[in-house]
Amino acid sequence: MEKFSIYAPRLVNPEENFAPGHRACIGCGEVLAVRYALKALGPNVIAANATGCMEIISSCLPTTSWKIPWIHVLFENASAVISGVEAARKVLARRGKIPPGRVFCLAMGGDGATSDIGLQSLSGALERGHDFLYICFDNEAYMNTGVQRSSSTPYGASTTTAPPGKLSIGQWSQKKNMAAIAAAHNIPYVATACSSYPFDLMAKVKKAAEVKGPAYVHVLSVCPTGWRHATDITIQMGRLAVESGIFPLYEVENGRYKLTFDFPKLRPVKQYLKLQGRFRHLKDEEMDKIQKQVDKEWLKLKSLVGMAGEKKPVPVPAQVEGRAQRAERKGQSAKGKAQRAKRQGLKTSGTKTTPTRRPRKKSKKVSRRGKK
Amino acid sequence: MADGPLTWKNFIGGFVVDKPGNAAEYQTGGWRSQKPVWDNTKCIKCGVCYIYCPEPCIRQTAEGYFESDLFYCKGCGICARECWTNAIKMVQEEEV
Amino acid sequence: MSHRTGLEVSHAAAEAVKLARVEVVAAYPITPNTHVPERIAEMVANGELDAEFIPVESEHSAMSACVGSSAAGARTFTATSGQGLELMHEVMSVASSMRLPIVLSLANRALSSPLSVWGDHSDVMAIRDCGWIQVFAENGQQTFDLLLWAFRVGEDPRVSFPVIVNFDGFHVTHVIEPVFIADQAEVDRYLPPFKPNAVLDPRRPVTMGAYGPPFIYSETKKAQDFALHQAKEVMLQGFAEFEKIFGRKYNFVETYKAEGAKVLLMVIGSFAETAMDLVDKLREKGEAVGLVRIRLWRPFPQEELRQAVRGAETLIVLDRAMCFGTLAPVVSEVKAALYPEEKRPRIVSFVGGLGGRDVRLEEFEYMVKRGIELAQKGQEEAYETIGIR
Repeated sequence: MEKFSIYAPRLVNPEENFAPGHRACIGCGEVLAVRYALKALGPNVIAANATGCMEIISSCLPTTSWKIPWIHVLFENASAVISGVEAARKVLARRGKIPPGRVFCLAMGGDGATSDIGLQSLSGALERGHDFLYICFDNEAYMNTGVQRSSSTPYGASTTTAPPGKLSIGQWSQKKNMAAIAAAHNIPYVATACSSYPFDLMAKVKKAAEVKGPAYVHVLSVCPTGWRHATDITIQMGRLAVESGIFPLYEVENGRYKLTFDFPKLRPVKQYLKLQGRFRHLKDEEMDKIQKQVDKEWLKLKSLVGMAGEKKPVPVPAQVEGRAQRAERKGQSAKGKAQRAKRQGLKTSGTKTTPTRRPRKKSKKVSRRGKK
Repeated sequence: MADGPLTWKNFIGGFVVDKPGNAAEYQTGGWRSQKPVWDNTKCIKCGVCYIYCPEPCIRQTAEGYFESDLFYCKGCGICARECWTNAIKMVQEEEV
Repeated sequence: MSHRTGLEVSHAAAEAVKLARVEVVAAYPITPNTHVPERIAEMVANGELDAEFIPVESEHSAMSACVGSSAAGARTFTATSGQGLELMHEVMSVASSMRLPIVLSLANRALSSPLSVWGDHSDVMAIRDCGWIQVFAENGQQTFDLLLWAFRVGEDPRVSFPVIVNFDGFHVTHVIEPVFIADQAEVDRYLPPFKPNAVLDPRRPVTMGAYGPPFIYSETKKAQDFALHQAKEVMLQGFAEFEKIFGRKYNFVETYKAEGAKVLLMVIGSFAETAMDLVDKLREKGEAVGLVRIRLWRPFPQEELRQAVRGAETLIVLDRAMCFGTLAPVVSEVKAALYPEEKRPRIVSFVGGLGGRDVRLEEFEYMVKRGIELAQKGQEEAYETIGIR
């Protein structure tokens, strides 16, 4: 778990820009994440919020929980709205109508608003390079409307529109990897975070806001109502998600992957699944299947981390090895053979080649580079 | 909303709310079935309870201990669960 | 002083937007509106206009970005057509409810299916109740003028509503016309800088777009509708001031040779120009035929319309759209407006000019003849489609 020294209140911005009296469910992890994000950003921010839990629990006319300038327009367009805000502030500053200086532009939405209905407007805003930060508060289903599946719902989870039954396991598809989609836009900063790790979340939000250009933070927001677990274990659930590797925390800074927490050994994912009503129907073999998927994704992530900043060639994990690479590894291509020989200190001129030293046996282990 | 009664004549422009954070008028404490009680002999004043409160309604007293504002506290029990020294207990409302 | 120049009407629209010193334009390409944002993008690219042009990835995002920009306090413009407006639809009612004075130039286009890039009024009629102020221009000059008027009226703190300026796709947008282009000093005199009632600014945080549960939703809608009706006074002031500075006169309902007319044609949009030719022709022959043109479509000028048709025996209304399953949009408004009148004309409904088809002089002539005939027989219940085979 995150090690923060004691006397935590002294370490954080005491300012609360999200007032109590909000209508979030008891034990909501998402509103906690919003609270941390606002602590990290301070008062100098304008927010555009997609329709969803955070909008509906915070803005019942004629009241508001927000102490920052905040706008809600629709479900799928928070990124487009913030694009307009950002552009307006740029030209107004240029024309001397507002004071110069940077105001953080924040767009936020749930997993539905981000990975489903709002994916297009988010992609557009990321691609156009607006100077803004998008935070996805991912509680893994449409919780606001009563727990319907989204593309961010994990495999095997029970939701009201993908319920388990005689012919169904519940969610049949794998969780959409939004952070990777954001990173594919080649934006300067992408990170994953979780409300169980407040200091990490605050640091990432701050970093994301300060970066020039678009940034994306994907926050796992534990939802006792939709996940069907006790309200007091919200923090514990987030920790289990991270420590089991089902929701790893990492950053992608200018394309370089960096693991926030590396674990020599991941917790069994079963520990995480067993505590939640939404996975109660899963049999052991299904849980094993999930475990295998988690292990595979973890290795994939570690391989990406391993590649970051490495000058020497890095072993390619079996899962992502291409045909050419495989051929090269097996010494089947002339070019590959030459390169391999060079790497191993072989002389390739002449008919006879004598190894100067015995070539090291190539390891198939993929996690070797990942560990630092 | 302009001050005065909640009639259609009292809106500002497009229903703008110009009193930041005025949701704090709304009492959520009524949702609660249990409430957190601190045992200050065990409290090390670390503030983990304050950090993890989703409302947030946990504040530090002048002596450095913590208490929950029961006007808002929904009784989730996160503070009690996360307290390092088990200084917080959730008690049923009726028992008080 | 204004100068008169020949240019494509879409470019005249872009000139008006530039002279209005617009700050943010977010637009997505769609025929036949595309030349407007293209020209604006060009102006921004070569430094003629100091604005932000956001080349969004859809019309939905175009209108959404406009909402964000207007809420942040910038003078905001977008342009679209047909399907583009349909995709904006969801955001349109938010913009008006949030009272954000965005200006939209709408190159009117038919709706799919079948796909048609050509002009009719199906697009605007589908969003007529979205709470925007809506006016129709009939030619290039009116398009230019009404865009300036739209910024002035929409942004007036007593109004604070978004405005659509309709001009017919291709029949107006792509025509090269002589247009009086106002000079910057004149426009600056007419159009003060945008000072919004509320703005997204950390120095004074506000919440925009809060949700309305049943105990308060009705009040929000009543307030909005009342404000839209009230806006008419400022609109008239906007026309009066326009006439003072630029010398061209506009009104909510405009007539042409309608004095003493027993038969009135009623048209919305650019077909008014053909109708005028017919009225000239018939008046020369001594027939008491006149024309009524609807300039303001929302809020609908009921009283002004009643006055305009008072004394006529037959009113012939041409719609460029259908409302499937009921009366065509303009004629149904007209009938509703005239119902309280003790003595009202017989109203005959025609639909024509769908999907870019022209309604020619001969067809207007037929409409008048046929309209009088149907009215005399008392058979004006149904509508006829012009030129249908």
